[in-house]
Amino acid sequence: MSIMEYNGSAVVAMVGRGCVAIAADRRLGIQAQTVSTDFQKIFQMNDTLYVGLPGLATDILTVSNQLRFYVNLYQLRENRQIQPNTFMHLTSNILYSRRFGPFFVEPVVAGLDTKTHQPYIATMDLIGCPMETKDFVVGGTCTEQLYGMCESLWRPDMVRCTNDCSCLQTPCSTPLYNTPCSHFRFRIPIKITC
Amino acid sequence: MAGAVSVEMPRGGFSFELCKRNAALAAAGMKPPTPVKTGTTIAGLIFKDGVVLGADTRATEGSVVADKNCAKIHYMAKNIYCCGAGTAADTEYTTLQISSELELHRLETGRKPRVGTALRMLKQHLFHYQGHIGAYLVLGGVDITGPNLYTVHAHGSTDKLPYVSMGSGSLAAMATFEDRFRPNMDVSVKTFKFGISRKSEKEAVQLVRDAIVAGIFNDLGSGSNVDICIITADKTEYIRPFDVANEKGERTGDYRYARGTTAVLETSVRKFEVTSETVTSAEPMES
Repeated sequence: MSIMEYNGSAVVAMVGRGCVAIAADRRLGIQAQTVSTDFQKIFQMNDTLYVGLPGLATDILTVSNQLRFYVNLYQLRENRQIQPNTFMHLTSNILYSRRFGPFFVEPVVAGLDTKTHQPYIATMDLIGCPMETKDFVVGGTCTEQLYGMCESLWRPDMVRCTNDCSCLQTPCSTPLYNTPCSHFRFRIPIKITC
Repeated sequence: MAGAVSVEMPRGGFSFELCKRNAALAAAGMKPPTPVKTGTTIAGLIFKDGVVLGADTRATEGSVVADKNCAKIHYMAKNIYCCGAGTAADTEYTTLQISSELELHRLETGRKPRVGTALRMLKQHLFHYQGHIGAYLVLGGVDITGPNLYTVHAHGSTDKLPYVSMGSGSLAAMATFEDRFRPNMDVSVKTFKFGISRKSEKEAVQLVRDAIVAGIFNDLGSGSNVDICIITADKTEYIRPFDVANEKGERTGDYRYARGTTAVLETSVRKFEVTSETVTSAEPMES
């Protein structure tokens, strides 16, 4: 059994027209036994920046707290919101610093650029190798199923409502390492109009 | 304020604090996940005026393609680039680290960096970690001594050669090189408008492109596009993608789901204000 499957998780993020969507399951299990159905795996870092952390639950908690710490320090020092690209490098650095004793999380970053509001998504492996894509990123125990669903459903330039549907449908339809009674939480930054 | 919780700001470098826990998990039968490897075909060759580096763009996680278009040619200095194969995070961070050190060295010496310097830094870094940092690199650039091309292995050994290939597709790429490589690719010199012979460069670039394409089509660990980097004494061209060898097919069916297919349990909308940010330069303090 793999460490990543101990608690189970599924996270997916997609890019649409002027928006991003991120979704995750909410199951916390200890191998086959479901312990909780409202475990948080997506954390808000900033008005337009969310990070999803699939993997070992204890490391999800640790890494999310560390990220919160560093983002707060950044905001205090720089006096501005952190950009999604910068945040991805920050997370990647934290993970790579533990190259020989890693955290068992594979973060998924989704957000909008603070100035241009360009959508941005990225993911990393457990030692911080960054992968930035223009369409979708997946993470967790059922990545193969998620890849299959995303490749079939994703289209460029989806508007917000269809972006929700595709993103929602992807985790729902795939046979996940979780029970049917878990529900999904969405985070979609609203399109900015000044 | 004594007695308040003091947070230790982490120092640079590797942290080994989770090693004991991870070893215990492994002993309990929990297999750790595999990091992303680049699979890869990377290659380089020296031609008359400089160096051409080429790489494919596939990153794999086990037998699944994790990144269809990753950049494997890393910047070291304006005149030095490095292709990376092996564990993707290792190649990324090793090249970033050495690029940083090279820049500091450049500022200290006041000279354009040499490829040999980058090589020495890389091999000493990798040897220090005894091969545990899985970075297999092709380092190329043009400096005051001329064009230079090296390979670096994860344990710290290096080779200086006129044409090299690394990665899982290296055999396919090397087969192409062995067949068609000629030193100094200097075909009949035709002087063009700007007085520079472009023919030797074109042939060299075409050869590297063909070597990478051989890797892409014959090796499962390599795929997608070809990236090329041409370094000469006066300039560097980084062409990404140089050749889109694999076009994604057109989806024939329509798999759109109607709105409401998945029931929404609750919706919460958080609007946020966009305030304008202005950065004003601070007045220096009165001393």
